[in-house]
Amino acid sequence: MPIDLEQFHETFFEESFEGLDIMESGLLELEQGEVDLENINTIFRSAHSIKGGSGTFGFTAVADFTHDMETLLDEMRNGERQVTESIVETLLGCVDVLRNMLTAIKDGVEIDTDSVSQLTSALKAHLGQQIETTATNKGADTKESPTKGWVVSFKPEVDIMKTGNDTVRLLRELNSLAEEVQVSVNNDALPSLSEIVPENCYQSWEINLIGGDVSEDDIRDVFAWVDDECELNIVALADEAEYLGPERRDEERRESEPERRTAERRSKSSKPTESSSIRVNISKVDELINMVGELVITQSMLSQFGEDDDFTEMHVERLKDGLAQLESHTRELQESVMRIRMMPISFAFQRFPRLVHDLSSQFDKKIELVMTGETTELDKTVLEKIGDPLVHLVRNSLDHGIESPEKRIEVGKSETGVIELSAFHQGGNIVIQIKDDGAGLNKSKILEKARQNGLVTNDERLSDEQIYDLIFRPGFSTADVVSDVSGRGVGMDVVRRNIRELGGAVEVSSTPGEGSVFTIRLPLTLAILDGQLVGIGNETYILPVISIIESLQVKPENINAVAGNAEVYRLRDEYIPVVRLYQIFGIEPISTELESGLLVVVEAEGKKIAIYVDELLGQQQVVIKSLETNFKKIEGLSGATILGDGTVALIIDIAGLIELYQKDIAGVATPVKGGGIAA
Amino acid sequence: MTESAEELGQQDLQKEYRELLTFFLAGEEYGVDILRVQEIKGWDSVTNIPNTPEYIRGVINIRGSIVPIIDMRLRFNLEKKDYDATTVVIVLNVLREGKADRTMGVVVDAVSDVYNIPVDDVKASPDFGTAVDTEFVTGLATIDEKMIIVLDIDHMLNAAELAVIDQMAD
Repeated sequence: MPIDLEQFHETFFEESFEGLDIMESGLLELEQGEVDLENINTIFRSAHSIKGGSGTFGFTAVADFTHDMETLLDEMRNGERQVTESIVETLLGCVDVLRNMLTAIKDGVEIDTDSVSQLTSALKAHLGQQIETTATNKGADTKESPTKGWVVSFKPEVDIMKTGNDTVRLLRELNSLAEEVQVSVNNDALPSLSEIVPENCYQSWEINLIGGDVSEDDIRDVFAWVDDECELNIVALADEAEYLGPERRDEERRESEPERRTAERRSKSSKPTESSSIRVNISKVDELINMVGELVITQSMLSQFGEDDDFTEMHVERLKDGLAQLESHTRELQESVMRIRMMPISFAFQRFPRLVHDLSSQFDKKIELVMTGETTELDKTVLEKIGDPLVHLVRNSLDHGIESPEKRIEVGKSETGVIELSAFHQGGNIVIQIKDDGAGLNKSKILEKARQNGLVTNDERLSDEQIYDLIFRPGFSTADVVSDVSGRGVGMDVVRRNIRELGGAVEVSSTPGEGSVFTIRLPLTLAILDGQLVGIGNETYILPVISIIESLQVKPENINAVAGNAEVYRLRDEYIPVVRLYQIFGIEPISTELESGLLVVVEAEGKKIAIYVDELLGQQQVVIKSLETNFKKIEGLSGATILGDGTVALIIDIAGLIELYQKDIAGVATPVKGGGIAA
Repeated sequence: MTESAEELGQQDLQKEYRELLTFFLAGEEYGVDILRVQEIKGWDSVTNIPNTPEYIRGVINIRGSIVPIIDMRLRFNLEKKDYDATTVVIVLNVLREGKADRTMGVVVDAVSDVYNIPVDDVKASPDFGTAVDTEFVTGLATIDEKMIIVLDIDHMLNAAELAVIDQMAD
């Protein structure tokens, strides 16, 4: 019965994309001049498994293409070819093409054959050069031209059979290649009969292939699946004299073995950034199992109370203890489950070395990328969605932040600009910073542009922070602006919106001449939130506790009306706009008198508002449910949750609410001003 | 094999059948593909969603999912009617581009019946004569002299959502 290979496709694609990432980072390292065998080995192995896999699944286009790459890499690996920049560039291009090819196959669309053939010829050109150089250097020792025969020495590892390989099959295949085949077997390693393990392979072979127009690649193809499980030497019959024997190979092997292991370990820690499956560290699963064990114990303890017929006061105490235990276990279990969704941020970071490499040559700038805190863990969903905004911010820093090398020398900085990408925990948040040591934001230019676009009136005085914040405003023009990345048509407002959709915030600070820092704050998880329940009329809404600064009762003398419609509340030395939620959400309130309710002062993205609510109802952790799953996004709301009684309560998105309020005020009274919100 | 089953078998060979769940709305009978019906619930209180049109009554919790509820009378500008003992919410699975997309509930006056009708018997609707916009009508079917208006719920409920966006933009 034929095996349905399609079930393995997903794994193949996942592993291949992973392999491509490894190749990419390896190639980038090569380019920085660190040529080491381990690295080339790693790249080679990735290419090799993609070739093997695609061959198995019948993606011949991919297999053929990878084959040429592999040939080139193999020569680099054997030291027959110098690593040059142009080769690395070509190989990087190949990685891109391969990624496109695989994506095309995965999505079932046509492969872009133009780019494939373009790079194939580039590869061939490199390979062609090799023929010339070796022809001059080594005379007759050419790989591509057929010789009269080959001597193949094949020494499999003892447990080769356990990986499903059959040496007889390999020999049979070799036999079909050449006209005449002589095989001699070496039984030296064969133990006495009593010690033989039938599943082990003790023999090694020497095979002479004569005639039949066989190339070395043909032979290597036969061993393609086992080449990391055997010692293989292929020598043309003519120059057998050069055959150095297995000793040299042994040495090489011993050297590269530990390196290879580290390379493997590295590749294992790397996973694709966007896939629907998730690989979980076994320790996290163990933790979970332990928690469930505890939970079961608590449950059985509690269930005993149900069985006891005479329920005394003493039982009540123990029941309380049990319930307290249950609560703590539930919470811990919840945290453990959440941790399963957490993945290191390196998945989002790993694309940046390549991006910076490509862009710095595009913009003719010298950039050093420093990344720290790559192991900081982030919710998988957040991780997948933060990629694009990050790319935009890094591009932005590279394009507009860092000056040209000439300019940098002129102002007395080092020629090479530094972009620092860091991630760390702060409070209940993950903070990601993109820091450059460039020129800093140009305040006057931003202000000028904002005035042109009518975001700010001419006589308005803004603090530095307020000016910098303007670059995130929609409508801040997309062309000829300091903060825009040329030609992409996406502005910083999109960055802010995307981050806000993740429940996060982005801010910028800048020092002229010294650079800018973009700070992104993200919640640890999208799934759970500490919520403050508030009552407005008959409705219950939830405010994120993290945004709340304080709640207070209104002192009438502290309320001031501004421009007739907007109200502000004086809190110590600040004036905070009062947002009557019932007005904005169109709810029938219990009372419209501020004194009879409460003000909840909240902050988002540096802006504060005081929300007027009828009552505070209590705090609890709530599981966030999306409104978009079955409905759509509603302005001012970040989602919904289900309360203990099974009803639905809506969760307020503070930043969105502030925007709604600003629109509301703008619609009713004077046009909104940048300074309308206390900063 | 019994005679009736044989008959049914013959019928099946000749025609493709489809089952409709029908409901009443302002005196008319409407039908939806029964395979799309997830469940039928009595009317219960909902959580209002601010700044949405009146016909979006709010959201309810169906086994952990937040499901929006749409009042069909209000949606089609029919006369308002107080909810009573027969008022039900039909929870439907809406498809978009052939894929299961979302779950939505519609409030109707009452459920009526389930009919098995040949697909060919659903006739294209004339451009008038029903309270519901013909845009959302797949066709008309006649069963025992009664007319049943077959609704295209995918179009209708996705359009309902679009209308919200329009309104918000105003």
